Amino acid sequence: MDIIETVFVRNNLVVAFAVVGLTIWLSYFLARKLTNNRIHGSAIAIAIGLLAAYWGGVTAGGRTGVADIALLGGIGLMGGGMMRDFAIVATAFGVHISELKKAGLAGVISIFAGVIVSFIVGAAIAVMFGYTDPAAITTIGAGAVTYIVGPVTGEAIGASDAVITLSVAAGLVKSILVMIGTPLIARHIGLDNPQSAMVFGGLMGTTSGVAAGLAATDPRLVPYGAMTATFYTGLGCLLGPSILYFIVSGIF
Amino acid sequence: MIIYGVALLSVCLILGMLIGETLGVVLGVKANVGGVGIAMLFLIIASNSSRFKALIEGASGEGIKFWSAMYIPIVVAMAARQNVAAAIDGGLLALVAGVAAVVVSFALVPVFSKIGGDDSSSPVDNQKSKNQETESS
Repeated sequence: MDIIETVFVRNNLVVAFAVVGLTIWLSYFLARKLTNNRIHGSAIAIAIGLLAAYWGGVTAGGRTGVADIALLGGIGLMGGGMMRDFAIVATAFGVHISELKKAGLAGVISIFAGVIVSFIVGAAIAVMFGYTDPAAITTIGAGAVTYIVGPVTGEAIGASDAVITLSVAAGLVKSILVMIGTPLIARHIGLDNPQSAMVFGGLMGTTSGVAAGLAATDPRLVPYGAMTATFYTGLGCLLGPSILYFIVSGIF
Repeated sequence: MIIYGVALLSVCLILGMLIGETLGVVLGVKANVGGVGIAMLFLIIASNSSRFKALIEGASGEGIKFWSAMYIPIVVAMAARQNVAAAIDGGLLALVAGVAAVVVSFALVPVFSKIGGDDSSSPVDNQKSKNQETESS
């Protein structure tokens, strides 16, 4: 047992490659046998990943899902921000500039609309749940933008720890739902071309959610959605503790 | 050489991140503003330019394509390291706020997709090519 642990921990990234490879093989097998490819194999793989993350979080009690289990620590590196961003940028290889220009304006508008709409929805829900403190309402609204915007805003405007935790949870729910929901809803919202992918990235904004959601829908759409999504969190952090907080303070 | 492509990709990401961090500081925001998006623009410009031919063609290009192909496995690993337990522990308010934000945003995708041009622009997706994609990825 000691030997296994030593080898697995010392080579954790390599273990992660093997485990993820096995998961994807299993997922494509299930997609073919059980759903006749109606559900994309990568959608199943991502769902398995999320289930594993829940199991890891409950078992190990950490904050990085299955990566908190010592034998699977390499998943944390492989799926961390550095590798995610590196691979996302690589997907832009071969994208034509003309496609970007065509959707540029719609993409930019959708980033602003996405931040503001998600904020209003989150803030409205907070009010419906009985919150009257402007800082708490703003922080929960910011959490509905992304799970990074929530705590950044909450800390800047002095919200309580409990509210900040809540805002992170709201952002996580959003991110996970985008991962799972995108392939199911893609056809109904016309998500099948570069233009709508850029709008989608701008409206959803959660980089992880968009990255996984588009991967499970059609990998060719990934660079377009990711491009706009990466501006979303920055804009949210800019607007949340400033204009949006001032407006909420003015109302409550 | 494969490493040339990988190095080009790395330089694009680092430059993009530096600009994104700088933008964050300039705007007074505690976040990287669009670093990845800017890096993608650099790579797109490089891959559309003849000046970088030596870094994007042949074996060098394979170095970039490898990481592009590793995208889905990396996303699966990313899913496996999400704090799903915390999302579920967040209770009803977090759940309702998160779900409502997603539903409303989904509904707006077709509305905004119509801005600035015909929405029939070059659909990349149809059932047949999707299945072929499945085989290759």
